[in-house]
Amino acid sequence: MKTLRFLLEKEFKQIRRDKFLPRMILFLPIMQLIVLPFAANFEMNNINLTLIDNDHSVYSTRLTEKITSSGYFTLTGVHARYDEALKQIENNSADLVLEIPANFERRITKEGTSHVLIAANTVNGTKGGLGSSYLSNIIQSFNSEITAGRITVQSASVPHIDVQSTNLFNPHMSYKNYMVPGIMVFLLTIVGGSLSALNIVSEKEKGTIEQINVTPVPKYIFLLSKLIPFWVIGFVLLTLGAIVAWAVYGLTPLGGFGVIYLFAAVYMIAFTGFGLTISSVSESQHQAMFTAFFFIIIFNLMGGLFTPISSMPEWAQKLTWLNPLSYFVEVIRMVYLKGSQFADLTKQFGAVCLFAVVFNAMAIISYRKSS
Amino acid sequence: MKQFLSFVRKEFFHIFRDTRTMLILLGMPIALIILFGFAITTEVKEVPIAVLDYSKDEATQKITDQLIASEYFKYHSSVNTYEEAQTLFKRNKVRMVVVFPPQFAGDLLKGSNPQIQLLADATDPNEATSLVNYANIIIRTYQQELMPAQNQTQPGQVQADVKLLYNPQMKGSYNFVPGVMGLILILICAMMTSVGIVKEKEMGTMEVLLVSPLKPIYIILAKAVPYLLLSMANVVSILLLSYFLLDVPINGSIILLLSISVIYALLSLSLGLLISTITETQQAAMLVSGVALMLPVMLLSGMIFPIENMPLILQGIANIVPAKWYILAIRDVMIKGLGWIDVWQEVSVLLLMIVVLVGLSVKRFKIRLE
Repeated sequence: MKTLRFLLEKEFKQIRRDKFLPRMILFLPIMQLIVLPFAANFEMNNINLTLIDNDHSVYSTRLTEKITSSGYFTLTGVHARYDEALKQIENNSADLVLEIPANFERRITKEGTSHVLIAANTVNGTKGGLGSSYLSNIIQSFNSEITAGRITVQSASVPHIDVQSTNLFNPHMSYKNYMVPGIMVFLLTIVGGSLSALNIVSEKEKGTIEQINVTPVPKYIFLLSKLIPFWVIGFVLLTLGAIVAWAVYGLTPLGGFGVIYLFAAVYMIAFTGFGLTISSVSESQHQAMFTAFFFIIIFNLMGGLFTPISSMPEWAQKLTWLNPLSYFVEVIRMVYLKGSQFADLTKQFGAVCLFAVVFNAMAIISYRKSS
Repeated sequence: MKQFLSFVRKEFFHIFRDTRTMLILLGMPIALIILFGFAITTEVKEVPIAVLDYSKDEATQKITDQLIASEYFKYHSSVNTYEEAQTLFKRNKVRMVVVFPPQFAGDLLKGSNPQIQLLADATDPNEATSLVNYANIIIRTYQQELMPAQNQTQPGQVQADVKLLYNPQMKGSYNFVPGVMGLILILICAMMTSVGIVKEKEMGTMEVLLVSPLKPIYIILAKAVPYLLLSMANVVSILLLSYFLLDVPINGSIILLLSISVIYALLSLSLGLLISTITETQQAAMLVSGVALMLPVMLLSGMIFPIENMPLILQGIANIVPAKWYILAIRDVMIKGLGWIDVWQEVSVLLLMIVVLVGLSVKRFKIRLE
């Protein structure tokens, strides 16, 4: 026990004496948490639309007004020909082209139907797809306006189902509420993971590890002395993150901090163990860092942080079971937004405890006192 | 020249001796392309839903069946109360609960407009919007089946013909492949060079290099050459994989594509050089190039999230993220098939950035030891 205390003193002193590291550890993640959720935004409200109106009638003007007043679209130009409008898409100043044909109004009043053409830039599939479906929706409601204006009670006898939808847990549909807790986990993972992955190997490179190796310090005490500082740093980070989430985004966990801290405690033991394993099997900091980054990037992309796990194919969803990050991202969102309690999260707790045991066992096994 | 080449050889030895790092450097892009191509999508598919059915009649059964039969939803369970539904939500078991009121079929026959309530889990607002939209469409289709035949076509319809340009199947990979290239190149080049140079400082071998007859600038250049070649190997492997495995077209000129990539790689190398002049330890260099670069590149480059949606300040900040310009240019050339004239702006921004970064690092690079 006394040995552990001295080793911890050494670790904390090393961290404190480093001019750069403490600032990096605290400042960068907080900056990122303040800035990045504003960037991680799938809400579409600024789609650039270019218009070709060959009709110039009351109807076409009304349709145009309806589109521009919807709040989703910005009209960037009105063109006479399709290829001119296409040029706008090519140089990225427009995302969508709407072409209203000549005789648009006459066709509607005489024949009952008319066509418009929507051309969408779908290099970014999500954006183009959402844009054109918003536009189609507006045209749908334009349709019902015309219908309502022209024929009044013809369809009263037709059965009609009212569909009402309620958005639970995030009534304002704010994407930030969804992203902020997730980014907290991301930052915790990347700082904790990369620091612990670099730690033992940097002693190897400096040669100081030999001094530890010749002492009678048992392996697990040595690893514990490496693990605890990162555990503490993780808590500091998490607390700062929670403060930023509250101060900047007005977010507090509905399910209380207790569950989050409890989960984070186990998660950080697991992830630090993972980092230390990488550190003890690597020969240089170079190698350790790239191994750590390889896993961190893949954990992130496959963790449901940016794209939902439920839309992955079956095999990929199974792979996410092996991803500790995916459990924490799920848990922190559930606790923050839905107010889930410990009883709702037993599966995730079980999984992350298992990770903690396995990763730390791996760290103890892979660390050798003799080369 | 001969001296320079032997320095380059020394750097190559450093890289090749470390097999694991080599494997990761070459394997990472491949893993990312496969993940992005096959695993990472935002499409809604087979989402578990629960049903709270107070009437349990033919009509509600039929609507439930049609919802489940679609590719978007998957039946999880049937609940009897709102509390049960709430518990399912809290355990993340379902994303949507469909609530049918009592006497649904009866009301429908009488023509008194029964109401279906969709409770959507809006933690992920986008998913919720899509779920509600799809459910709406399915319910509307059911309703139309009920309608007498003469009412099928309503007058006064504007039909929208949608034409999807460049990416008719709406594949995510069209967007992600340029993004992955932007991410990989900057991570590899910036991290490797910064760490490589700082390592020499930390180990004390920088002294040995500085007293050699070679000028400092060549020492730095010799460090950059292997990473430049390595990153070009990555670009080629990404392009081959995406062309043959993901069916992403290469519509523009390959030479143009490669030259833009070389410029971008040079830019990343000079960024790494700058990082190496402001950090003292490998750990610090890694944290700066890793933590400080990775998230901004992933989020502010338009790789995942469209830049136009961001607040104006962030759009401004995005302008100094090199990956943004690179990804724009690559998309234009690769997917849209545009030529030199259309991407000169992006390319000149990249070139300007190189000049600034190199200027800053030369100013800060110390050839004397403290």
